[in-house]
Amino acid sequence: MMNKIQQALQNRILILDGAMGTMLQRYKFSEEDFRGERFKDFHKSVKGNNDLLSITQPKAIAEIHSKYFAAGADIVETNTFSSTTIAMADYDMQDLVYELNYESAKIAKKVAEEFTAKEPNKPRFVAGAIGPTNKTASMSPDVNDPGFRAISFEQLRVAYRQQAEALIDGGVDLLLVETIFDTLNAKAALFAIDEIKEERNLDIPIMISGTITDASGRTLSGQTAEAFLISISHIPLLSVGFNCALGAKQLTPHLEVIANRTNLAVSAYPNAGLPNAFGEYDESPSQMAEQVKEYLDKQLVNIIGGCCGTTPEHIKAIAEIASQYSPRPVFSSENIAL
Amino acid sequence: MKVHQPSTINQQPKYLKLSGLEPLIVTPESNFINVGERTNVAGSKKFLRLIKDRNFEEALSVAREQVENGAQIIDINMDDGLIDGKEAMVKFLNLVIAEPDISRVPIMIDSSKWEIIEAGLQVVQGKCVVNSISLKEGEAEFIHHAKLIKRYGAAVIVMAFDETGQADNYDRRIEIASRSYDILVNQVKFAPEDIIFDLNIFPVATGMDEHKKNAIDFIEATRWVRENLPYVSVSGGVSNVSFSFRGNDPVREAMHSVFLYHAIQAGMNIGIVNPAMLEVYDDIPKDLLDRVEDVMFDRREDATERLLDFAETVIGTAKESKIDLSWREEPLQKRITRALVKGIDEFILEDIEEARQAADKPIEVIEGNLMTGMNVVGDLFGSGKMFLPQVVKSARVMKKAVGYLLPYIEEEKKVQAAKSPKPPKGALKNSETSVPPSGARGKILMATVKGDVHDIGKNIVGVVLACNNYEIIDLGVMVPPEKIIATAKEENVDAIGLSGLITPSLDEMVFLAKEMQRQNFKVPLLIGGATTSKAHTAVKIDTEYECAVVHINDASRAVTVVGDLLKRETSASYKDNLKTEYNTFRQDFLKRQKVKIYLPISEARKNKYQIDWNTSEITKPKQLGVQALKDFDLSLLEEFIDWTPFFRSWELHGKYPNILTDKVVGEQASELFEDAKKMLQKIISEKLLEARAVFGIFEANTVNDDDIELVPLAPKGGTAHSHEFVPPLGARGTGAGGTFRTLRQQSKKAAGKPNIALADFIAPKESGTQDYIGCFCVSTGFGTQELASKYEKEHDDYNSIMVKALADRLAEALAEYLHKKVRTQYWGYASEENLSNDDLISEKYKGIRPAPGYPACPDHLEKLTIWELLKVKENIGVELTESLAMWPAASVSGYYFANPEARYFGLGKIKEDQIEDFAKRKNMNLDEATKWLKTNLAD
Repeated sequence: MMNKIQQALQNRILILDGAMGTMLQRYKFSEEDFRGERFKDFHKSVKGNNDLLSITQPKAIAEIHSKYFAAGADIVETNTFSSTTIAMADYDMQDLVYELNYESAKIAKKVAEEFTAKEPNKPRFVAGAIGPTNKTASMSPDVNDPGFRAISFEQLRVAYRQQAEALIDGGVDLLLVETIFDTLNAKAALFAIDEIKEERNLDIPIMISGTITDASGRTLSGQTAEAFLISISHIPLLSVGFNCALGAKQLTPHLEVIANRTNLAVSAYPNAGLPNAFGEYDESPSQMAEQVKEYLDKQLVNIIGGCCGTTPEHIKAIAEIASQYSPRPVFSSENIAL
Repeated sequence: MKVHQPSTINQQPKYLKLSGLEPLIVTPESNFINVGERTNVAGSKKFLRLIKDRNFEEALSVAREQVENGAQIIDINMDDGLIDGKEAMVKFLNLVIAEPDISRVPIMIDSSKWEIIEAGLQVVQGKCVVNSISLKEGEAEFIHHAKLIKRYGAAVIVMAFDETGQADNYDRRIEIASRSYDILVNQVKFAPEDIIFDLNIFPVATGMDEHKKNAIDFIEATRWVRENLPYVSVSGGVSNVSFSFRGNDPVREAMHSVFLYHAIQAGMNIGIVNPAMLEVYDDIPKDLLDRVEDVMFDRREDATERLLDFAETVIGTAKESKIDLSWREEPLQKRITRALVKGIDEFILEDIEEARQAADKPIEVIEGNLMTGMNVVGDLFGSGKMFLPQVVKSARVMKKAVGYLLPYIEEEKKVQAAKSPKPPKGALKNSETSVPPSGARGKILMATVKGDVHDIGKNIVGVVLACNNYEIIDLGVMVPPEKIIATAKEENVDAIGLSGLITPSLDEMVFLAKEMQRQNFKVPLLIGGATTSKAHTAVKIDTEYECAVVHINDASRAVTVVGDLLKRETSASYKDNLKTEYNTFRQDFLKRQKVKIYLPISEARKNKYQIDWNTSEITKPKQLGVQALKDFDLSLLEEFIDWTPFFRSWELHGKYPNILTDKVVGEQASELFEDAKKMLQKIISEKLLEARAVFGIFEANTVNDDDIELVPLAPKGGTAHSHEFVPPLGARGTGAGGTFRTLRQQSKKAAGKPNIALADFIAPKESGTQDYIGCFCVSTGFGTQELASKYEKEHDDYNSIMVKALADRLAEALAEYLHKKVRTQYWGYASEENLSNDDLISEKYKGIRPAPGYPACPDHLEKLTIWELLKVKENIGVELTESLAMWPAASVSGYYFANPEARYFGLGKIKEDQIEDFAKRKNMNLDEATKWLKTNLAD
């Protein structure tokens, strides 16, 4: 049985949302806003903990999801990029991990259901965002001790498992393991998700999105795009692709590498260009849509959206141009009958 | 909107796909995939020893060598009773992952213990192969492991083994293979392309009837499996098949190639094969081939006997040829080539004389006969069939021949000059060190940079390049940059090679690169020597010079690199590639560096190594003050020599004494060792080198966290020679030279790990405990230069390099000897100790003797303090160059720390704040301090 998102993928190019952080900056939230009533006496500064806003400023988060759906997105990502015990340790908020993921999923799902109700022929989906954490399992932070590791596979597996279970409990339609700069971290996430799927007898689709850090065409942990693809292909996936670090233009050759080598759907959500001298992303919606056109002409993608610096305006421009193209032909992964 | 039409454009076929940093896809068109097996403690004694000794660095080089030699997958196995296999597997894999030139290939995690396999799977990001699982312990366990392997994302080797035992015939092989396949594919949903069957290769020709069909059954079972079990691969360890012919390599090699030839045709596509143990199928003599195939295919009753008979004749001829001189009957060119390849100088002069008489001009003997022979040497070395000591011996023969011919060539020149007004352009000015006067493939300038005295590596590279027909202009050691630049211009050289061993030499190389750029040089720059690295070359040198810069650390690579650089057809593209390669390497390196976090020095000091001074054991030295030894008896040192680094300086890798019996380099190592022993006896009996030592032990306490303040004392007399210790006058303000300034680790440590400085091992003044420190300098270098020059004059680079390499070893042995004496007698804090030389080499003694310029105290400046304290120059004549290298080169200096908690550590990178503080403490200006510590400064 093909589920709804797999059906949708057969018919059109799906649009993913744009940046959450860029949109949150517009609200100019203060330390007090981040804390809200509940954390007003918290012992540490929490400004910058964007994931916390799902608890303290849920309206803003819902509003941003809503803007992206209105701009034409089929899928929005939950506000949970850093919602693992590992990343939350920076704020001493490990205990909140379940709640952060659960609430974020609820918020996004509610907005999605509203849009689906209004437009039943275009169902909207929620992807539970699973970020890379701030530690890497196959690189040493100490150049004098290359054999040292700051985190183990087992620690990552446990943390990812907590996050994924809370996202699923909160009602997400799929899971998105994203911004992978160390493939071993991603393998721990896939391991955890596969365990949950077996235990709950659940077939939740999984998207995987790696990050190519520069023109060398490799991940931060040194793998080529193709080696990355091979390393994560053991678990049935909905899609594989890349996001972040590069603009749409720089991402093209790496997308070509995987698009030509996989039966899976291919996703891409690049940054709004490369950062300028001030660290800002300034590629305009029309410029970015123009770059994305190349993906479409070459039939490289099935799912497309934006990462750092992108806004509902970017997504709107991308959605408009993508609607004029048919998707890259997809062969079902083994667990789906055509 | 267009309607989606299903098409086949990206339908992906089911191939076995593996990955390291790079992909490995096994398609029907792929050649046989060779798995490297040297990193297996069960299969390699050398690797086992390295892991047992926890010499992971050298263990890594074993892995690297395999990848460089073409292994497409590396098998790693740590199953040994005396090793904590899980810990060793994780540790080694973590280190392998950090080496992109190794981890680019996929890894085969090999163990019979599941916990080791699982631990391995948890640290590798690429798609591995698990070696292996089987039905041996029943279906439940088989399924459990297969599921986990699938979840970890690895391919798997399945052994043909089940509850009743190992498959040893055709039927059992296919029975177990099909049952395993069915369970994996239909129950576990394992991807069939990720299954690799090992169908058990067993020996043939063992004399036992039940083994007769071992080869043919394997081959036929392979064929069945590949035809009936879709998408799987078949693998195996090939050397098993010839097990009964151990010791007879020609027969074994033939058996391997015959077996592989047929197994590959039947569908075996992956395997463990030692490339050195493989004959080319077509080159197997017809009679041997027939007999081997008779055995493999069980074609005759007496097949085994016939092969055994034949094997005896093969051994027989191999033995005889070693002692006979029948080659002397061969034609002239063959004799010359053989003399060069084998390094035999006994007959070379008579052969050269014969050649000279036959030639029109004497120069033709060099360009013709000798170069023909040297090309053979170059080819054999390039393809790994000759080792470095052999090549250096070849060079000795070559130089002897050239030396003989030179007077004739000079004579010929005079005759020519008399005939014609213009003298011919045969650049003979460097005939001392360069081999071919004309027709050379290029001219290469080599030098050890200003302030540095180490030249063994440089000389080896020079000799090897000369053997490959390059003209070498060797400017020697301590060469100022002006001289390098001027000579390079004057001689119009094609490449410049710089060498150095101590850290300040790195800056000299950077300076030279800048200078070459400023003067618009266009020739490639080669960088080598112990402290140099690809990282330093890429980050600091390559950026200063527009033309190619290459880091070369071994002689065999030098030949190919220089060849590619200077050959007209490849030069331009090779240089471009180098630039790109170093650029990428640099970017990656800098990127990786960013992760590192440093503490301010004040914070680092708060996290110092804590010794409880109330309970710590401090022994009052039996003798305080300075003592010197001259005319030391060298024969006492022999037992203290650590031979392993000696072999390494000849590029023979492995630990002494096992290296002498190593499968690959054992023969060469033994020969080299014989020569070394002979030379050592000569040095000792004829007193060709002189050993000297000076050391002192002082009262000392740590002050202000990082400084060790010494209390000078008048000595009570020495053993052989002593002098009055005079406290140096306050040359640089406070402390007056009686203070050692130590440096402290600044990188942020894991919780509970201290930021160490050497000062932590000495009791602080405020503890009220009187503590002590020692320092020393030893040298066995007096006489080295004279002796080496004598050999060079005789065109004998082999012995010249040998003398220097031995002098280095003797200096280390003297340092070891003296340290022992200090521990057990002069200081006497370990008077009960009873350690073997092996224990000493692995640093099992109590207390440490770190040396300035080495990891715990990379700052060379403290040598000046040692020199001042011990009056080293006045007492034993060892001097410091402007870069603070010791002269003579075969010298060692350092400190003695006696505290039982004192241990060796690496300082790592430090930050500007510590350098500023260090400059203040030393009362020197910041620029100067920065200059000396630059290589330790974090970027």
